[in-house]
Amino acid sequence: MAKTQADELAVVGKSLPKPDAMGKVSGQARFADDLMLPRMLFARILRSPLPHARIRQVDASRARAMPGVQAVLTGEDLPIKYGILPVSQDEEALCSEKVRYVGDPVAAVAATDEWIADAALEAIDVSFEALPSVMSIDEALAQPGEPIHPRGNVHKAVALEFGDTEEGLRSADHTREDVVFFEGNTHLPMEQHAAVAQYGQDGKLTVWSSTQTPHYVHRALGKVLELPMSRIRVIATPNGGGFGGKSDIFAHEIVAAKLAMVTGRPVKITLTREEVFYAHRGRHPVLMKVRTGFRRDGRITAMQFQSFLDGGGYGSYGVASTYYTGALQTATYAIPRYRFEGVRLFTNKPPCGPKRGHGTPQPRFALEVHLDKVADELGLDPVAIRRRNLVQPNSQTVNWLRITSCGLEACMDRVVADSRFLERRTAMPSGRGLGFAVSSYLSGAGTAIYWNDMPHSEVQVKVDRGGGVSVLCGAIDIGQGSDHILAAIVAEVLGVSLQDIQLTTADTDLTPIDLGSYSSRVTFMVGNAAIAAAQRVRQRLAEAAARMLHCESDELSFRGGQVGRRDHPGEAISFAQTVQAAEAGEGLISASGSYTPPKLAGPYKGSGVGPSPAYSFSAAVVEVECDPRTGEVRVPEVWIAHDIGRAINPVLVEGQVEGSVYMALGEALMEEQTFRIGVHKFPSMLEYKSPTTLEMPVVHTSLVESLDPEGPFGAKEAGQGPLLPVIPAIANAVYNALGVRIDEIPITPEKVLRALAQPSRRVGPKGVPRFAFPSPIQAARPPEWEGK
Amino acid sequence: MLRLPPLRYLRPTSVEAAAEAVAEHPGAMLIAGGTDLVPNLKRRQFDAPVLVSLRGIAGFDGIQGEPGRGMVIGAGATLDQVATHPALQTAYRALAQAAGFVSTPQIRHMGTIGGNLLVDPRCNYYNQSAAWRQAVGYCLKRDGDICLVARSSPRCWAVSSSDSAPVALALGAELTLRGAEGERRGAAADLYRDDGIVYTTKRADDVIVGIHLPAAPAMTSAYWKLRRRGSFDFPVLGAAVALDWADGMVRVARGALGAAGSRPVEVSHLLTPLVGRRPDDELIAQVAEAAEKPARPLDNTDFSHYWRKRMTRVLIERALRDACGLDPLAGRLTAQTRSGQAA
Amino acid sequence: MKVAVRLRVNGQDTELLVPPYKTVLEILREDLGLTGTKHGCELGECSTCGILVDGKPFLSCLALPLDLEGHEITTIEGLAEGSRPHPLQVTFAELGAAQCGYCTPSMILTAKALLDTDPHPSRAAIQQALAGVLCRCTGYLKIFEAVELAASRHG
Ligand SMILES: Cc1cc2nc3c(=O)[nH]c(=O)nc-3n(C[C@H](O)[C@H](O)[C@H](O)COP(=O)(O)OP(=O)(O)OC[C@H]3O[C@@H](n4cnc5c(N)ncnc54)[C@H](O)[C@@H]3O)c2cc1C
Ligand code: SF4
Ligand code: FES
Ligand code: FES
Repeated sequence: MAKTQADELAVVGKSLPKPDAMGKVSGQARFADDLMLPRMLFARILRSPLPHARIRQVDASRARAMPGVQAVLTGEDLPIKYGILPVSQDEEALCSEKVRYVGDPVAAVAATDEWIADAALEAIDVSFEALPSVMSIDEALAQPGEPIHPRGNVHKAVALEFGDTEEGLRSADHTREDVVFFEGNTHLPMEQHAAVAQYGQDGKLTVWSSTQTPHYVHRALGKVLELPMSRIRVIATPNGGGFGGKSDIFAHEIVAAKLAMVTGRPVKITLTREEVFYAHRGRHPVLMKVRTGFRRDGRITAMQFQSFLDGGGYGSYGVASTYYTGALQTATYAIPRYRFEGVRLFTNKPPCGPKRGHGTPQPRFALEVHLDKVADELGLDPVAIRRRNLVQPNSQTVNWLRITSCGLEACMDRVVADSRFLERRTAMPSGRGLGFAVSSYLSGAGTAIYWNDMPHSEVQVKVDRGGGVSVLCGAIDIGQGSDHILAAIVAEVLGVSLQDIQLTTADTDLTPIDLGSYSSRVTFMVGNAAIAAAQRVRQRLAEAAARMLHCESDELSFRGGQVGRRDHPGEAISFAQTVQAAEAGEGLISASGSYTPPKLAGPYKGSGVGPSPAYSFSAAVVEVECDPRTGEVRVPEVWIAHDIGRAINPVLVEGQVEGSVYMALGEALMEEQTFRIGVHKFPSMLEYKSPTTLEMPVVHTSLVESLDPEGPFGAKEAGQGPLLPVIPAIANAVYNALGVRIDEIPITPEKVLRALAQPSRRVGPKGVPRFAFPSPIQAARPPEWEGK
Repeated sequence: MLRLPPLRYLRPTSVEAAAEAVAEHPGAMLIAGGTDLVPNLKRRQFDAPVLVSLRGIAGFDGIQGEPGRGMVIGAGATLDQVATHPALQTAYRALAQAAGFVSTPQIRHMGTIGGNLLVDPRCNYYNQSAAWRQAVGYCLKRDGDICLVARSSPRCWAVSSSDSAPVALALGAELTLRGAEGERRGAAADLYRDDGIVYTTKRADDVIVGIHLPAAPAMTSAYWKLRRRGSFDFPVLGAAVALDWADGMVRVARGALGAAGSRPVEVSHLLTPLVGRRPDDELIAQVAEAAEKPARPLDNTDFSHYWRKRMTRVLIERALRDACGLDPLAGRLTAQTRSGQAA
Repeated sequence: MKVAVRLRVNGQDTELLVPPYKTVLEILREDLGLTGTKHGCELGECSTCGILVDGKPFLSCLALPLDLEGHEITTIEGLAEGSRPHPLQVTFAELGAAQCGYCTPSMILTAKALLDTDPHPSRAAIQQALAGVLCRCTGYLKIFEAVELAASRHG
């Protein structure tokens, strides 16, 4: 499939309106908060006003007595702990003993309207015993007072080494160490999370939720509510933006379900914007140290990378996030010896988790500014130093990542040429600068979140006598276009039009599994499962058509709603007739397809994070315009090239790339989730600065098609990777413009001015705290790296 | 969904009736576009058991006159009307600029100039939900007994965040107020008190009826606003200047800063070196440097207050250059060298 | 507590009995079933709740019903003519200008208000006109292109 020529394709590769587009432009798309059910109640959650405290007592009697209040829940009602990762089952839907951040849920109310529910929250009396709070990495390590979780404030510490890095550094001609910081930020989906739950007298629970991961919610509901999963139906509604922010299991989902069970009435809960900031699971603040040895010609001899993650109050995806801060450095550069040490700390803030690029934008920032600094010291240009070290197609990295298709060099060439980076960077007018960076990302995590041998994606295809094709899959569209991928691929294989496809998605009663819209896995995995299902259906239809057209089934082509003989274009029957013939022969024509990623993890503990069946690659050049009098940085123009494998729908891929550039721009220059006196400084849309139309630069997007051998029609991911190079490219451009190094994201005007006034011309962290990492697991290197 | 607290909503059809309605109902508040009031009420920053709407009053939004004779702007004129009115693009341009810089097109279609003059002073510790404010223990402005920004301060330092207020001062505008007890007219400058809580001198039932701009055939004016994004954001600093000219020389210079204190901060007395002169790069830079003195930013808005303080002179310089018809960005003051020395 | 309100929404007059402090956003969504109008903050800080009032972009989350009596309210549901979509709806779909689709109703209505007064806006005019609607998905570029395409089809 990967190698199918573009001109043989009718749907794949075309910029067509996606199947959900008209619903979205007309206001007909139904998001979770749009659902209204008869007798529906409205729920609200009481949240902790303290960052760290023991709960002494919760008295809800006044609230329970209020007219219109139908139920009140407290921690006792939902005692079972859960968490997205099996190793981090540390959350309670409503805290029973302790609260760990301002915003941690404590109690919940269902009432006949939201005014009453709000008033009832005020009537719940909670007595807390305040504990000293921990608001930073340093404070967490200092361990004042009671730790946040019983086993201490160190959530996870990991250390891996591939080859003797000390030796590699010793043998280098040049070494450099950098310490940089990346402040936390959040997803800010325009849609606030919402869930609706209904519990029937038949003992069946239905939950609609704006979730990216209905399957994991399904499992967690089963566990916490002690219901068999067979009695729970989870329906993911279209997500009004996710970006990773809706890929965890959230207290409000469990609370709505429990309230529906208690009251016997449908219950809706919609978070306020402020609560969305508390739900968070966004970008970890990460402090990083990178030390690398180079040969005179710029080739890397060894790298040591340390990261300190400020995790917030709970585990969430944190173990994976920690590993991700060390996993993909090797996916762009051939690093022969590599050591990674990472530690995640608990702090009294909303839990961090996966945001677009999960754990990799921070180290990518560190690495790409580090390389630019080294290039300067070695007298190389930023492109040359990267070229010296580029990862090659069909290779294996020192930490056992299997690289197959790789269009990194083509991406680099493209943006460097289009922006005239090398010619212009040394001749920019004052205050203007150009910066460059590259990156790589996964097309789906190679392992599931919980250990199992089952497929990651499954698709069912069923054809109707009228020529309609039903496609069922657990995938949920969060705006990235997963509905289109499903429909386009099936339409392509069966030779029908997009309008002939009926999609049913993300409904655990009806659709086969997909693990969720995270880790950029959907196009790759759902796409492959869809191909498998559609091909099986096609095979059965082809046999029937072959009988009618008196030929062999492999002589047939499916195209334009016709099934015909490839060599005798006149001899064809309609798709619907084919279905009828096949159905007459053997009954209902339907088939399923599944996708399980190959087992790619290397032979060491911790190797589960990083492997992916394919990697996307990106390169970016950013132009900045800096006002040396105010320190303000504007970005007028961006050139970005992305190796997508194959663009199943180019306009949608461009949209992902442009959206990534947008989000990167916000993170690089203005977005930050920061805290003061124990609380989120400004949990609002106004003060959390998300760029507007007026900040958006001109973006020149180029798609590089490396045709991945295992990707569906050769496709890889586009949703996350293109964010990665933009942030360091901005930092590098600011250096080019003003000669200052802002080694700390976001790059604010204050920091730029401060750097301009400092002899070092730098703003950034001075060092990393002392922490005794475990001694690294000494992993064997793949054979091709032995002796290097 | 954040919702308003239960309240009564009255819609009088005359200014007099509106003033009386407020006087009659304890705690009642006027509402025009509601773009400042409604979010504040949804966050329960104050209580208003009764809202008296000014939107049912006919002819409350007229814009009359021209710079040669002076102009009167009805308090109910929307920010969009003010921003785009042809007669406001010359002498009084600063006002059109200020209105045009407010938040978003949506808010400019709803919000009025009268309401804009009366934006409740803002603070990062105050423009927050009730639950958030409870978490930090409340503050002087509502329910608490300390100021969280300046803990030893006996007063509230919430920031005057109106874009048009400093312009009204710079233009020497006057306001007519109509209260239950009659109408009066006074300088816009007299409307404001230097206090983050009781920030005006007007009574609850005083309706701002009109904004009078004095005749100014030879005036130029400019408003510069500092904020993070090109839309949505309140000013973290505003510089309004108005220069009256005679024979190519400045005759009168007036100016005020926004978001530099709890009221618009008058800096006209610091602009007098311009009077009788034909301002050049050097003079403007000197004046701008001196005129930043009264700005007292505190750490209760977006950006750090150090930076806001340092930007004051830059912004004043740019506004002055703009009003003088010089390239605003080509001035002599560079925060880079001057403030660099200070740091 | 409730008051009678007469609203004209998408060309249709409706009479309602609602609390006077219930915002137009809540009324559209909860009383009139017009859930095409979305919300992201309810505080005027995102414009996801945008509607048109007498053809001008307004925020339904800050508007109170009594004040909109006698005015023409348009929501996204009122844009199509019967089942024929508005040109902007078509171009938004064609160019992938709606990703998650959550900002889309407000974005399209705001763009319509622009095209109604300036049928062939420059890129800068589009950026200014849409500066009040946040979108977290698209980076706005496809949205600008969709507005331009709709304008160019207008002839
Ligand atoms: C997200 C957001 C961003 C904003 N950004 C800015 C900004 O950048 N710059 C800025 O200046 N403002 C900003 N605002 C505040 C506000 O939108 C504007 O100031 C607007 O002009 C207020 O006018 P209004 O008619 O909506 O006032 P309302 O909200 O109706 O009233 C505001 C106050 O004025 C009183 N009032 C109104 N009219 C009269 C009158 N005629 N007589 C007496 N009292 C009256 C009310 O009682 C109330 O106390 C922003 C608001 C939001 C929500
Ligand atoms: S300045 Fe002080 S008293 Fe005033 S609102 Fe802010 S914290 Fe409260
Ligand atoms: S919902 Fe955000 S502005 Fe109305
Ligand atoms: S399309 Fe998702 S917010 Fe705009």
